[in-house]
Amino acid sequence: MISRRNFCRNSLLLAGGLAIPLAALELFDPGRLEAEKIDGKKVRWVFLVDTQKCVGCGLCVKECKIENEIPYDANVTRTWVERYIVTKDGKTHIDSPKGARDGFESSSVDIGHGKFEEIRAGEIDKAFFVPKLCNQCDNPPCVQVCPVGATYQTEDGVVLVDRKWCIGCGYCIMGCPYGVRFFHPVHHVAEKCNFCYHRITKGMQTGCIDACAFGARRIGNIRDPEDPVTRIIMTERVNVLKEEYGTKPQVFYLGFTKEVR
Amino acid sequence: MVHGEAWTLKEFFVYPNEYIYWTIQIVMYPFMTGLVAGAFVLSSLYHVFGVKQLKEIARFSLVFSFALLPVAMLPLMLHLQQPQRGIEVMLTPHFTSAIAAFGIVFTTYGMIVASELWFVYRRHFVESALALRAIAQRSPGQQLAHLLFSALTLGAMDIGEDALEADERAVKKLAGAGIPVACFLHGYAGFIFGSVKANALWMTPLMPVIFICSAVVSGIALCILTYIVTMEIRKLLARWRKQNYPELPSPDELKSAETQVVAMTARYLLMFMGAAITLELLDLVFRGYTAVKSWDILRNVIYERDFVNIFVIQYGLGNLLPFIIFLMPRLTIRRAVAGTMLVLLGVFMMRWNVVIGGQAFSSSFSGFMHYTLPIWPHSMETFKEGFFGAAMVGLVPFFLFWVLNKVMPVFKETH
Repeated sequence: MISRRNFCRNSLLLAGGLAIPLAALELFDPGRLEAEKIDGKKVRWVFLVDTQKCVGCGLCVKECKIENEIPYDANVTRTWVERYIVTKDGKTHIDSPKGARDGFESSSVDIGHGKFEEIRAGEIDKAFFVPKLCNQCDNPPCVQVCPVGATYQTEDGVVLVDRKWCIGCGYCIMGCPYGVRFFHPVHHVAEKCNFCYHRITKGMQTGCIDACAFGARRIGNIRDPEDPVTRIIMTERVNVLKEEYGTKPQVFYLGFTKEVR
Repeated sequence: MVHGEAWTLKEFFVYPNEYIYWTIQIVMYPFMTGLVAGAFVLSSLYHVFGVKQLKEIARFSLVFSFALLPVAMLPLMLHLQQPQRGIEVMLTPHFTSAIAAFGIVFTTYGMIVASELWFVYRRHFVESALALRAIAQRSPGQQLAHLLFSALTLGAMDIGEDALEADERAVKKLAGAGIPVACFLHGYAGFIFGSVKANALWMTPLMPVIFICSAVVSGIALCILTYIVTMEIRKLLARWRKQNYPELPSPDELKSAETQVVAMTARYLLMFMGAAITLELLDLVFRGYTAVKSWDILRNVIYERDFVNIFVIQYGLGNLLPFIIFLMPRLTIRRAVAGTMLVLLGVFMMRWNVVIGGQAFSSSFSGFMHYTLPIWPHSMETFKEGFFGAAMVGLVPFFLFWVLNKVMPVFKETH
């Protein structure tokens, strides 16, 4: 004889049991998955750096500081250029004095503490410059770790900071493997490169691209197959920085070697 | 000047924006929450697991844990660039961030400790309120005390046998619920560091567990130390008062009780310390054995640059020496004081070596950063994130404890 209590219990169990496979149907809705893959978005900003073309003049850094109102003499910068010198003994010497704001005026390498290391031309195997900026990652760790949601990713892939909402905890600075973030010396909140979002959304180029006389920096829309930058990324051998962190960086490099940090 | 520039020295190649952004206050934060969690776990050993020998120290550590609680938040506020917006963590938490859970975990824990304290001290509140009510002509001070204690009873004036038993059951339940929350509070502080994938030294799933173990170690050590100090004061007072009130415990009685409690608590201290060291060494061995890309620079930091901090101060003075001190037979009070102070130093250095050590190298793996703690402040920043800011954080809980002790006397028999 079925009691009322048993009836209620069993019907709840049955309903619960049925709900599980039904939930699975919802989870694996192929139509939705397909839609999410394409996601209907028309713009995804990406950046292309051709290290072969960079001469380390630092005009991009200078322009960036002015364009984005980062105090000129403050030792922080949204973009910078690194110099790599690989010597015959297999050592790699890297520096970026003041983020290369004034270029590389001396042939000796800045090793910190105000000291410089002289490297004779005969010892050098190869030397090159690598411009750096925010990678506007597809899986940005800085956005993940922000405790108040003050830093966020826009629809077109750029990571922005809300200066009115940032509490200045520095967790995003710690979370970025590329060291692109810092505290703004005036606003005292997290600051970073945003591909000059105020310019690119109005059809202009970023400040650094405009400043580069050598075409080492380019911006493009990866969703547009006709975009020249997209074509290079799709057809040539490009690389990204620190892929092992799973951040899916969206700044692509041409002429990248293993020494690049 | 850029934030961080005042105390960071760079060597070789460091990214231009890299500085030591998380400084002494972020060392203090896990140190203080560790003390909170540890003190609570110690009190729960008595309340939940019925370790009778810890009865004396249980109430003491519960009140102390409550005194430490607001101070766990203080270093974070001193560290924020926009402290006035700190409340946003609670108002608009962004739950993919480990820090966002802070508000919830912290308030849950605070409420548990507060309600446990209420049940423990309810009888005292009621008795005090009734005693003050009986006084016909109350002085302004007594009037204030009367108001305070009446409010603290929350209107629950029943101190009959049944009611008190119900109180005790509630204490037990709350203490039981508090243990996982206390562990979470601190394990979560470990998670904040352990989940930073950009930092080679921090990123390990062991971090939360290591943090919990060392938290309990530091909490117990501080409780023993403070307990000894207050007992010494009581002994002094007892010597004075003995002449007038012969029924009070004599200094000798107090001393034997003190030695017993300290010896018993020290045993738990050693147990948790063993677990903490095992995990820390496991982490170190594992890093060396797997030797992934970051190991070259980590090895340099661990075995060369921070060698004294890690192996001499943290492991040597902070772990090995107290181990020997506590394991030697016939533990004396004086040795216990030395041992617990060394343990506290060891745990503090562990936090230091994690927080500062984790920023001692550039994420380019090609350069180093050296941290110099600002001693004499020459700006608000160097005060907040300097020696005096940290000292302030370290001293506030003792002041709070002193205040709380006025309302909730830790040595009065309540049940």
